[in-house]
Amino acid sequence: MIDFTLTENDKKALARTRAEALICRKHARYYDENEAELPPEVLPETEEFEKNAEDIPAPQPGDTPGPVMMALHSIGQTWGDYSVRLRRGDGGLGNAALRAAGTPEQQEKWGGLTLAMAITEPGCGSDPSMVSTTAVLAEGSDEWVINGEKIFVTTGLRADGAVIWATIDKSAGRAGIKSFLVEKGTPGFEVSQKEKKLGIRADDTTAYVFSDCRIPRENLLGLDETIPKKSSGGFRGVMKTFNMTRPLVAALGLGLAEAALDFTREQLEDAGIEIQYGSGLGGLTAAAEKFVRLEALYEASELTTLQCVWLAGQGKPNNMESSVCKAHAGSAVRTITQGCIEILGALGISRQHLLEKWARDCRITDIYEGTGEIQRLIIARGLFDYTRADLK
Amino acid sequence: MISFGMTEEQELVRDGMREFAADAIRPIARECDENSAIPDEFLQGIWELGLTSTQIPEQYGGGGEDRSPVTNAILLEELAHGDATLAVAALAPSAFANAVVDQGSEEQKQKYLPLFGGEKFHVGSLAVLEPRPVADAMLPRTVAEPKGGDGFVLSGVKSFVAFGDRASHFIVVARTGENVEAFVVARDASGLTISEPELNMGLKGLTTVSLELERVEVAAADRLGGEAGCDVRRLLDSSRAALCAVQVGVARAVLEYCVPYAKDRVAFDEPISKKQSIAFRLSDMHIEIEAMRLLSWKTASLLEQGIDATKAAQLARGYVAEKGLWIADNGIQVLGGHGFIREHPVEMWFRNARTLGVLEGTIGL
Ligand SMILES: Cc1cc2nc3c(=O)[nH]c(=O)nc-3n(C[C@H](O)[C@H](O)[C@H](O)COP(=O)(O)OP(=O)(O)OC[C@H]3O[C@@H](n4cnc5c(N)ncnc54)[C@H](O)[C@@H]3O)c2cc1C
Repeated sequence: MIDFTLTENDKKALARTRAEALICRKHARYYDENEAELPPEVLPETEEFEKNAEDIPAPQPGDTPGPVMMALHSIGQTWGDYSVRLRRGDGGLGNAALRAAGTPEQQEKWGGLTLAMAITEPGCGSDPSMVSTTAVLAEGSDEWVINGEKIFVTTGLRADGAVIWATIDKSAGRAGIKSFLVEKGTPGFEVSQKEKKLGIRADDTTAYVFSDCRIPRENLLGLDETIPKKSSGGFRGVMKTFNMTRPLVAALGLGLAEAALDFTREQLEDAGIEIQYGSGLGGLTAAAEKFVRLEALYEASELTTLQCVWLAGQGKPNNMESSVCKAHAGSAVRTITQGCIEILGALGISRQHLLEKWARDCRITDIYEGTGEIQRLIIARGLFDYTRADLK
Repeated sequence: MISFGMTEEQELVRDGMREFAADAIRPIARECDENSAIPDEFLQGIWELGLTSTQIPEQYGGGGEDRSPVTNAILLEELAHGDATLAVAALAPSAFANAVVDQGSEEQKQKYLPLFGGEKFHVGSLAVLEPRPVADAMLPRTVAEPKGGDGFVLSGVKSFVAFGDRASHFIVVARTGENVEAFVVARDASGLTISEPELNMGLKGLTTVSLELERVEVAAADRLGGEAGCDVRRLLDSSRAALCAVQVGVARAVLEYCVPYAKDRVAFDEPISKKQSIAFRLSDMHIEIEAMRLLSWKTASLLEQGIDATKAAQLARGYVAEKGLWIADNGIQVLGGHGFIREHPVEMWFRNARTLGVLEGTIGL
């Protein structure tokens, strides 16, 4: 049955995430202004919070399914702050890749590590088939030798290792690209400093350089060394990871947009402008009318995101939906946060408040995990039943 | 529990209506538009599907099935995918009937609902819109003054009243002092002038009229809900959700027409579908259609569960009207000059989307 209500259990669990997020929000400005520092693994208030917080109720049958809750928790978390967490250790993007492509033994072996995901290179971003980092089986040994450079690696500093994309045969194009797990500390694996960014500054985004970096043969995720002829089978497999990460990226952006809307509503109400619903244009001031439009945009975006993860939870295909929600949110969160700034004027750009930070932070939503343009490309291919060669 | 899953029954309704729309609606849509008329056989045919009567309780002569605004949203999208005018016509009687089922007094239910249980097409209409700038349904100029002793006197003008040529009754939204209320007015009430059919840009097949109410007297019992009155917001929420569902159907029709057209149309040595400006525009249409549908479902679902849907309805309505129009407008652009020619349906869909975007009332879930 189509239903948009949360159960009492759902609400309790989400309320806890939001209470936690509010603590993180207190530290948000600090790590934005002091970019070189990394937020600690555990915030000082953590113990106090965990002692006093109500237990998270165990999910009951009839509660909202896990993947949908995961997206709602993500929204709740970034509603507090994008990168400051009460307690770290929830893994990185590479962990999702390991789950998607690793053998059970590999998952067992590395599942406990925090893993970054390194695809992007100085010469290749939107088109990952151009990956030029190489992995060559060293003659007479059971080791891969990795050479190349990766950039913009999220969680690159903190991570214990990374899932990287490298080609085992350049002439094979996309079919030659495989995922490898490289642990930190491996000789030939060099990690650079934190990048300086527009937003999400508390995140450690770094570059990796691999120079004759040797890793065991079993570090190839999935252990399949064959190069499929004609089809891009393996490549498509790794791309599937995105069907779950894209809606979650959308959710992360939406949390920031929701925070912006909440702040703006409060400020408007303090100024005596009440947001009323039910009227047409006749009953609303220009500011309220604009605000309501932004709220609608938020609502639309959140619904497409939740539908996408709900489908994933049902084991149904969600390839189109993951691009739909990512593209929608990518543009919606920009419009929402920038619109809130326009409504609030000087308050909107003041660094005394967090709105300007949220507008900077959420700008990443339309870029990583496939830009808005790339999502539209994928959707268009779906609509026209086109291959990559037909439309690029 | 958040869920996006249709019930099995809803899937059946969707599939059945999709087929019906393709077979019985789309083929006659252009003709209805050109002739500004809907054939009686169509209205009678759709009446026999029981869209209106099945959800009226048995004791009032209906089919006694649960009212499900979500199911209604699903079926409206499908009918409107065939044609918006005919979808609105098909559901117009339900707007009146549902208003009485949901908010009518016992006396009103007994009096009006059996009219909709018969074998012949029967219609009553909602009169909400008024012909003036920045009209706001919650701030009507039409007034209902208490009459000395008993009842009300209604004065004002209403426009875009569907089926005004044949409706037996109208539910007229009017202001009583601070409140907004609704009143059932019979077609032959003295002081009521029903205009000639209005000439509109879109939904042309649907006959709409203006109502001029000049000191029309109604009894106290004719106030919707009787003594208790009614919640006009709820009427509007339901109509806004219904209009959203129709817009989704229209938008889908546009996209599904543009996709094969773009693949087929060649310019500068390749199909225009291979040009990103066109391809991305169609992607955006797809993205927005998904968003529009979910917004309309959410409103419908809140209505179904008896939860306040006013905010959801307003958010959905504004968003869907804007994007629905954007899609129809760009449908023309994708076809270029051909989009401007009445041989293709996109110009009609544009006129319909433009029209749907300003309506209030007319239909409900
Ligand atoms: C903060 C941050 C964190 C990141 N984290 C990670 C990470 O953890 N791991 C990782 O591997 N990468 C990460 N990235 C990289 C990110 O995924 C890429 O930046 C992104 O995919 C875009 O690639 P690019 O920057 O090379 O842009 P380009 O590919 O050079 O694109 C430039 C512009 O061209 C457009 N464009 C490209 N191709 C097309 C096309 N076919 N049609 C139309 N337009 C097109 C793009 O949309 C964009 O607007 C991160 C980036 C940032 C900024």
